[in-house]
This record gives sequence, structure tokens and C-alpha cells, in this order.
Amino acid sequence: MFRFNLVAAVLVITLGIGWQKGLATAAEAHSITGYGFGHAPSDRELQGWDIDVRPTGTGLPAGQGTVSQGATVFAGKCASCHGATGREGPMDRLVGGQGTLASRQPIKTIGSYWPYATTLYDYIRRAMPFNAPQSLTNDEVYAVVAWLLYQNDIISTGTVLDAETLPAVHMPNRNGFVPDPRPDVSR
Amino acid sequence: MHPAPENPISETREEPLADTPASRPLSRRALLCQAVTTLGLTAAQAILSPLRAEESSVPTDPTRVPGTPPTLYGQRSPFEKSERVVKSWWGSLTPLQDLDGVVTPASLHFERHHNGVPSIDPSHHKLLVHGLVDRPLILSMDDLKRFPSVSRLVFIECSGNSGSEWRAPTGQTAQQTHGLTSTSEWTGVRLATVLKEVGLKPEATWMLAEGSDAAVMTRSLPVADIMEEGLLCYAQNGEALRPEQGYPLRLVIPGWEGNTCIKWLRRLKLGTAPFMTREETSRYTDLMPDGSARQFTMVMEAKSVITTPSGGQKVRPGFIEVRGLAWSGRGSVMKAEVSTDGGRSWEEAQLQEPVLPKCHTRFRFSCRWDGEETILQSRCIDETGYVQPARTALIAVRGMNSDYHNNAIQSWKISREGHVTNVQV
Repeated sequence: MFRFNLVAAVLVITLGIGWQKGLATAAEAHSITGYGFGHAPSDRELQGWDIDVRPTGTGLPAGQGTVSQGATVFAGKCASCHGATGREGPMDRLVGGQGTLASRQPIKTIGSYWPYATTLYDYIRRAMPFNAPQSLTNDEVYAVVAWLLYQNDIISTGTVLDAETLPAVHMPNRNGFVPDPRPDVSR
Repeated sequence: MHPAPENPISETREEPLADTPASRPLSRRALLCQAVTTLGLTAAQAILSPLRAEESSVPTDPTRVPGTPPTLYGQRSPFEKSERVVKSWWGSLTPLQDLDGVVTPASLHFERHHNGVPSIDPSHHKLLVHGLVDRPLILSMDDLKRFPSVSRLVFIECSGNSGSEWRAPTGQTAQQTHGLTSTSEWTGVRLATVLKEVGLKPEATWMLAEGSDAAVMTRSLPVADIMEEGLLCYAQNGEALRPEQGYPLRLVIPGWEGNTCIKWLRRLKLGTAPFMTREETSRYTDLMPDGSARQFTMVMEAKSVITTPSGGQKVRPGFIEVRGLAWSGRGSVMKAEVSTDGGRSWEEAQLQEPVLPKCHTRFRFSCRWDGEETILQSRCIDETGYVQPARTALIAVRGMNSDYHNNAIQSWKISREGHVTNVQV
């Protein structure tokens, strides 16, 4: 904070001198170390928006959920789009498909394709249910993530997911991704 | 087909133009006839009522009636009907075959959104820049507009453009095969200006960009690759962004897949690694035949499409100016070539100046059609020397399940009757 104030003070002095001389030239403006626009976010301002969850677990909130709690949430708020077991649609299939990625008809699901379990938490909390995004509680998100991982045979029925256990879940396709090798097609 | 002679215009005039309804000028009489023949058919009348409204406003001789007064916000002529094709809830396609030049009207810019177009009051919109920075900041739209500004013409192409063409020809028109690309003049502040303002910590190598739509769309972007050209844009083609293009603030990364150009931008967070969001793991990754998937395939490689003549159009024997668009996410178009024999031989097309990097480039090629069945193709060669590949070459490397980044050569077949259709060779 001290450093910020110092920068701001230098800026004010610099601009002040510039102003007395009239408008600073472009070269002078470029050398200004800071424009001084905007304001530093308060902790409260950060709280509402700082919702990303990383593979390390950073960003996961307090709370927890079980597979059986998740079954209830899914049936009530997710099944109408994704099917009773997460396989039927009409929207994205979420369950099954493991071992199909190299076949002619790959089935990309959470179980067969998603490399990180934490991504499920991040995505469901920010964007689901589609018709009422951000309406689930943190516990409900943990629970529905648990149910989806259980349906995909990734965790056992008794697993309780929280900020400690979720990042430790190993996804089957964790090592399935490679960097961009393009250009890859020659004439 | 043959290249056109030196003076194609005089040649053209010797060709009688077929008197088809489509070739007749749209006259008051033609419109009146259509309206009269449907009188008494209530349903048809209802459908035709817009036509009749146009009819009533068009005098037989516009030089004998004072015109309309100035208006607050201009509209196109009611005779112009070119529209986007709405693909589904998630997007719409630009009518490339109807457009001239390289700039896409904002109203016809393709759309791709992940849970609708949000309504945002710009006076309440804020951009938060935080994470591994020295001075986290919240910037209002007014703040952002005070920074030094820059304008640049660049294309934005969805990585899924032509995605339905991997397995078989599906789109009937250039709009349906290639309509997820558009070019605009984007204006805003350089990303580097704002990142310098907040002061990046040395370990800040990845940046999360987040939108304020109902998908709270996020992508992680490698800082070193976007510092030079990334733009925080508030204007498009001279006016504020359209809501469907991210109003009031959009990130634009020239040459990169459209989903990296986060719309309705509300947050930039700096970190040491990719955040591995849904949109860069389960989506926008390219599945290869061995079951592995390529990740962070950002650049849109060189591509082109002939827009005239293209699918759904009809050509007549004689002079044809073949017109199309070429572009590359790696820089400028060095050359556009046209084949009139299904790819056996290629000839260089003329490029419309100025040729700008990472921007649609208009090409033209004069030829004569002799009425025989043939296949028209174009290919783009960019400043790196990369040659737009044939579909077979692309599939040989990537298979048919990669979904994204299909930049294969497009083939349009011209039948003896002059009908143009989408084919694959």
C-alpha cells in the first residue's frame, strides 16, 4: 500500500508539473509511470468476483458434499437437461465413454475426457444450472460434483468432497492432453 | 474455365444476359404483380405485408418526389435482405456471400455465445485486474477510455468455423460453411498499457479473462503471447460494440480463436499457470486419432473461401470475377490462389490493398466459364509460407474427430446448368 501511495504521489507531482507547462507531449506522456485511473479493489469487491478454482484447489470455498446429496440435487436441477443418469441428454452427456477417445465415435464426458476434477466445481458454480446460473450453494456444488464423479466410477459412494479432497481426485484422462504442434500439415 | 482475356469488360458485354426473374431489376411493377396475385389469400397477405410497405414508399420516379428527411440512426434500404443465419441458441453466421470488401457490418458479425447476450449498463460495468500484480485495479468504462487508444482491423474466427465440414459437405452456402468469421475495426486500449499500469509480477505468466455473461465465460491466456497485440476494445467499426459482440468491453487477441476474445469482459487475473477452465479442457481442445487432445491451440491458421460464385448461387457462361476472402492468424496473406479445375492447377489471384496482418483480405480472379462442369477452389498462402491444406492432407494428420480448426480448402462445384454446390474432393 505504501508503494502504491508513493507511485500515486510521484504521478500527481509529475502531472502537476506537466499541467503547469500546458499539455505534456506524447513522449512525456509515455514516460509517465502510471496514469492513475481507477481504484484499488476492496476485499469486499474482490469477494463477489474472485470465483475461479484452479487445479491446485486454490479458490475452492468452505463446505462439503456427498454422493447421495448430489443425487438429489442432480435429479432436481440437472437431470432435465442431462438425463436421469447423466447419459441421456438432451444436452451434454456427462457420464461414460471411457476408452472411446481413439475410436471412430469418441464420447467425450467428464469421465472420459475432463483432465481436472476442480474444473467441474469451477464450471458448475459459475455457469450451471443453465437456466439459473450461480443459484446452487457451495455445498450443493460439492455434492453434485461428487455424484458426477461417482457416476463415472472415479470416486466411491462414501466419498465426501471438500476443498481438501476434491483437488486430490485423479481424473482418468489427466495425461490425455498435448501442446499445440502446429503447423502440422505440409503441402 | 479459362483465365479472362485482357479486356474482360468488353467481352462480357457481348454475352447476352439470360432474362431470368432474378436478373431483372426490382421494379415497382414486379413487386405490384406479386402483391396483386396474392390478394384474397389472408395468410400470404400477412407474409407479404412488409413487401407492400416497401412498395408503397417507392415512387415510380424518385427524381420527381422530395426524398425522406434525415434520421437519428441510419437503416439499410428495405430492399436489402441479407441476414445472419441463426444456427441455434449459441450463435449465428455471417452472410459472407452477400458482402463486399473486408469489413463485416457490425449487425452481420457472426455470434457465438455460451449462455445468451447479457444486458449491461456501461455506467455500472467494471474491469477488475488482479492476481499476481503490484497494484490491483478496478477500472470503469470511463477509466478505460482515458487510456491511450488504438484501432486495428482484424478478423475474429470461431475455432469451430467449418467444423461441420470435417466428415462431409453439409453447408449449402459460404455462410453455412464459413460464416463464423468476420472482420471489424476494433478500437480500445492496448492490453499491455493496462497490464503495465497494474505492474505484472515476474512470475505472472498466464492470465485468466472472464466475461460477465450467464456462462461467466473464461479462458487462460499465456501473457508473453498476448502482450504485444492484445486489445481491450470498446468500439467496433466506429461505434460502441454491439451487445452480441461484448458490449461494453471485449478482449481481442488478433489471429487467435474467437473464444479467447472474451466478451462482456469483467475480470483479468494473473497467475503462474493455466487455470484449466471448462472452455480449455472439455471444450476447444482438438481430439486426435490416437485419443490424445491438443490443448491451447490458439492460432487460426491460413484459410480462404470463394464467396462469388459460391454454394446456392447460379452462374452464367462468360466472364466471371471470382471473389473471395483469405486470412491468416499468423500474419498477412502473401498470396491467394484459385483453381478452376478442382485443384490440378493454381493461378494467383489479385489481392485488394491494403493487405493487413490477421485481417480478412479480399481476392479477385477474372475468368471465363465455358459452361462445362468444373470445381472452383481457393487457397491462402501466408507470410510464413504456410499453404492452406487440402481436406485430405488435414484429415491424414488429424483424423475427423478434432472438431475445431478446420482450415481445409473449400470446393464449389459448378454444374452444366450453372448451379454452385458444396462438394469435397
